[in-house]
Amino acid sequence: MKRVIIIGAGLAGLSAAMELAKQNIGSELISPLPSERAQSVLAEGGINAALDLMGEGDRPAEHCADTLRGGCDLADPLAVQSLTAHAPELVKSLSALGVPFQMEGERLVQRNFGGQKKKRTAYAKSSTGKAIMTALIDEARKYEAAGLIRRWPHHTLAELCTEDGNCTGAVICDNYTDSALRFSGPVILACGGLNGLFPGRTTGTTQNTGDAAALAFSRGAAFGNLEMLQYHPTTVAISGKRLLVSEAARGEGGRLFTVENGHRRYFMEEKYPELGNLMPRDVISREMALLDGQVWLDMTGLSRAEWTKKLPDLRSELKHYLNLDPAKEPVPVSPGIHFFMGGILVDRTHAASLKKLFAAGECACQYHGANRLGGNSLLGAIYGGMAAARSAALWASEHREPEQLGPVTPQPETPGFQAKLGDILYGGLAILRDEATLTGALSRLEELSSATLTEAERRRLELGRAMLLSALERRESRGAHTRTDFPERNDGQFRKTTVAAIRNGAVQISFIPVPEGGEAGAS
Amino acid sequence: MRLEILRRKSAAETPHIAYFDYDPTDSTETVATALTRLNETLPDPIRWECSCLQRKCGACAMVVNGRPVLACGAQLLEYKDKVRIEPLRKFPVVADLIVDRSILYENLSALRCWMSAEADMHQRAADLGYEASRCLQCGCCLDVCPNFAPGGDFSGMAGAVPLSRLLAELPEAELAELSEQYRRHFYAGCGKSLACRNVCPAGIGVDALLVNSNAVAVWKRLLRRKRI
Repeated sequence: MKRVIIIGAGLAGLSAAMELAKQNIGSELISPLPSERAQSVLAEGGINAALDLMGEGDRPAEHCADTLRGGCDLADPLAVQSLTAHAPELVKSLSALGVPFQMEGERLVQRNFGGQKKKRTAYAKSSTGKAIMTALIDEARKYEAAGLIRRWPHHTLAELCTEDGNCTGAVICDNYTDSALRFSGPVILACGGLNGLFPGRTTGTTQNTGDAAALAFSRGAAFGNLEMLQYHPTTVAISGKRLLVSEAARGEGGRLFTVENGHRRYFMEEKYPELGNLMPRDVISREMALLDGQVWLDMTGLSRAEWTKKLPDLRSELKHYLNLDPAKEPVPVSPGIHFFMGGILVDRTHAASLKKLFAAGECACQYHGANRLGGNSLLGAIYGGMAAARSAALWASEHREPEQLGPVTPQPETPGFQAKLGDILYGGLAILRDEATLTGALSRLEELSSATLTEAERRRLELGRAMLLSALERRESRGAHTRTDFPERNDGQFRKTTVAAIRNGAVQISFIPVPEGGEAGAS
Repeated sequence: MRLEILRRKSAAETPHIAYFDYDPTDSTETVATALTRLNETLPDPIRWECSCLQRKCGACAMVVNGRPVLACGAQLLEYKDKVRIEPLRKFPVVADLIVDRSILYENLSALRCWMSAEADMHQRAADLGYEASRCLQCGCCLDVCPNFAPGGDFSGMAGAVPLSRLLAELPEAELAELSEQYRRHFYAGCGKSLACRNVCPAGIGVDALLVNSNAVAVWKRLLRRKRI
């Protein structure tokens, strides 16, 4: 049996493994923790598909247009067209696997989400990611029993093997025994976002360290749009991280306000009367960054039934961590890093710049442009995983058992490194940026790089440098990237993908045109 | 406050209790915060697993003052001056607070816990399916279960809850084999102590799930056919 190596057992990795299994191709599914612990389980609000179940005449073409517009015209139009065209059948197939999407009688219902005028988001209360993951984990189990998917839980990627610009395999390390194994074959990276570069400052998990992506970067893989960090407007600080208050809260009627002279000012509704509190996330976060004073999210207008039927987990989380009942009082919110639109640069087939290396899910730069719409991440992860699997299948090699490499001595972390790197990047890559803060952050990074660091830390640092340089070179404002010194969007010069890659030992930044025309390879 | 942590470098080592004086910086700190901050100061960090830090993934299940909890949900304020932290008790220890929970997945594979046909979704199936989907596979329920022992025939609630999704969602014609699995590996072995219900960190409403599963797999009254 032929096999493909998959790094990451979240939604994109699972989706890739199952797509391969359907083609009778095996996979080695490698992850530090089981799928139940993947960040995908945190996705709350829903998954977009123009199923047109709400009588609004929704069409995939409108979903495509909204996604491209929301991404401020940086996403590949044909890739997005393919994604959105396949979304309805994909959501139906999830329903067939038993994902408990919200129903009224025998009919699936959809909710409003940001940046979209039509009710297009299918959801499972406020735990859609968890519900989808549960169904896919069960489905993958069927293929595990058939020997098609072989899981390697408690294993971490230690090395990406490359030869003459080809990815030839991966070395993984057993976190329980510190022993290493080498697999040969094409590799799909489905390793999630770069949260580890911003410890404690994102809504993601501690397991999304960014180390696997940083390995790919160090081995020459090109990255795209690294400056595009999504700040979600409604997060709250809890111990060790940011807690997301789902966009669904606003989809169901939650309102943002600030207090001026003792009066509430519903600033989003005032400035954007059509979409109001459901403007895309980049717009709301920017408005909040420009305001003085605390912003509150008022969900007290939601009915008891809406809390029970649509947002029960959100309410219990806020009660537990903030000791505050959102049904009774407004929640103080502020923007927090939530999603990385940028990542490993892939084409429409999800192939990376290294041959036989593929990427899907949040670690890949695809579909979301300069700003991701809520409800498109689950969709992009599943569809991207499928597309990457089809491409990797063409290179799948006859199975060989992994080579045992013996014990690895774990390198102890440099005390304080992670926090320092996080401080520098967070300072440079705030919602509002300018040349002075970015060059200042780069200087501080240079100081940090002179310390004695482990190899993994040095790789993280270089990826961080690539983020700062990408943000410095994009001298315009677009989507999640707001330069106060270049406040206008500049299509002539910058309707392009920022490409960061290590060439001759240093991070190089260039710009390539957003793909247009041709056939959608991932369809 | 005094933290007592049961430590061992490997499964082969005899465990010992390590004592730490710890000052929380604010009232929101959890056991997970304490472990993270302590580790910043230790030459040999305490090994434990965590991922989401918001009670959604089950990675950081451990026993605190005798009760299985998620470290990220266990607020230090809830405890008095002494916090004793140990690994879960029904699984083999890997090191410190890490246990190998493979048995959870082996049991689900043995139960053939997957959809054998397309789901027959309607509102009631979706409501039950949603509740069952929330299971974290953290293992807290098994830690307190008087009937569960690794290697035994009884899967405990960590097996029954995932099965209950399938029993609620599969078409009637597909239920025979799963019903048999449910009867043999859960119903026959459950002593109805329901200690599991009281410790479930996700607060899963197991009563409704069991009512439906028992009806479908044991009593066969097919209450599930009543569509709301």
